[in-house]
Amino acid sequence: MRNSGYFKDLYVGGKSLIIGLGVTLRTCFLPQVTVHYPREKLEITPNYRGHVELVKDPETGGSRCIVCGMCARACPSGCFTVKGEKKEGEKKKTLTVFKLDFTKCSLCGTCVETCPKGAIRYSMDYNIAGFTREEFHYDLIKRLEEKG
Amino acid sequence: MEMAGNLILLRMVIAVVLIVAFVFLNALIMGYLERKLSARIQRRPGLMEVGPHGILQLLIDGFKLIGKQLIIPKDADRFLFRLAPLLSFVPVVLPLMVIPFSSKLQARDFDIGLIFILAISSLNVMAILMAGWGSNNKYSLFGAMRSVAQNISYEIPMLLSLLAVILMTNTFSMQGIVQAQHKIWFFLVQPIAFVIYIVASFAETNRAPFDLPEAESELTAGYHTEYSGMGFSLFMLAEYANMFVVCSIATTLFLGGWHGIPLPFGEYSGAIWFLIKAYGLMIFMIWVRWTYPRTRFDQLMNFCWKYLIPFALVNLLVTAVLVKLL
Repeated sequence: MRNSGYFKDLYVGGKSLIIGLGVTLRTCFLPQVTVHYPREKLEITPNYRGHVELVKDPETGGSRCIVCGMCARACPSGCFTVKGEKKEGEKKKTLTVFKLDFTKCSLCGTCVETCPKGAIRYSMDYNIAGFTREEFHYDLIKRLEEKG
Repeated sequence: MEMAGNLILLRMVIAVVLIVAFVFLNALIMGYLERKLSARIQRRPGLMEVGPHGILQLLIDGFKLIGKQLIIPKDADRFLFRLAPLLSFVPVVLPLMVIPFSSKLQARDFDIGLIFILAISSLNVMAILMAGWGSNNKYSLFGAMRSVAQNISYEIPMLLSLLAVILMTNTFSMQGIVQAQHKIWFFLVQPIAFVIYIVASFAETNRAPFDLPEAESELTAGYHTEYSGMGFSLFMLAEYANMFVVCSIATTLFLGGWHGIPLPFGEYSGAIWFLIKAYGLMIFMIWVRWTYPRTRFDQLMNFCWKYLIPFALVNLLVTAVLVKLL
């Protein structure tokens, strides 16, 4: 036999069983810790990494992008399609196409780091689901206009 | 004479219909309570979607299960496989016939009521063995074998603890046992027998912490792994009805049955006290299930043979001597 005795086992075991019941009884009356997801939502942490989006320039109302193409070059998976044109009478290029293929993106964040103007940031979208591949080819200019 | 015979027959038919309806209702209530209480213990809301606070969820689940296909596995013993759920359901319905809900609400008061209940409810083991054997699945068979071993060992302390009460009442009639408690409820006189009975009844109903026959982490679902649709739900109905039966026996033998603070129409409204006590015990069983982890098989057997049976025997002996002396 082990060094504990027959009656000691009974006493210690029985006592611990009663303590266990007490623990679960107490949790019964504690507030719930889960959230009813579709009806209640938790606040997302500001560090959340959603897919990237364009930052709105408060002065022009458009994007801050200067069409340097750094993001497209830095992206390890080639997610970006960036095109711009130089309109007559303007010094800078204006952005015409800014597309993100989110199916390839691994959310590494290199594009956000390399952008010289801080024109790209992480979005807070976590609720993304779709039925086709094309639904994840985001047109970020359109998105910026819709959001603004 | 013939008239009286017909009336008795009619009474029995009505009783059986009501009892089967009660078994289904009991499963709905217990399924809901089980899921809600487990949610509370785990600090989450539980059922919330169907009906206010999810009270209709179990009803919907029932409809879903009725509509499901009944699949018989390849190489299964078709006859035993189909028979097992029925054979598991019937023995748990029969004991309800002799349970005294109140002094008049009882289908039939046998002189051997308690023996009848214990004899019938031990048939349940057969159904589990048939289900496990008939499924042609090793996990089912393991579950069934464990269940048989466990049920047979725990029947001994259960019977011994009940026998101590029988020595005091001198009758096996359920109604007689309740009437013998009009002064003092027997759990005060026989606390050890009461505790032993409660522990053994956990094992008899295959409930946690003795739910080895359906230990999901080891045996998927044990003996009912291969069952779908109503085959599965008959096992679940039987499990909850079985819980009700063991709690009713505990209520009748130890907690004074339908005795309580007198209510109007006492001959019938005693059933309220009976149901409060029985469901109180069932809620305790749920509470225990969501508190303790599962025992190992050797611990289960050791506990039965080293603790429950010796204590039950000593308790029986002391009771016998005291009854003789007093």
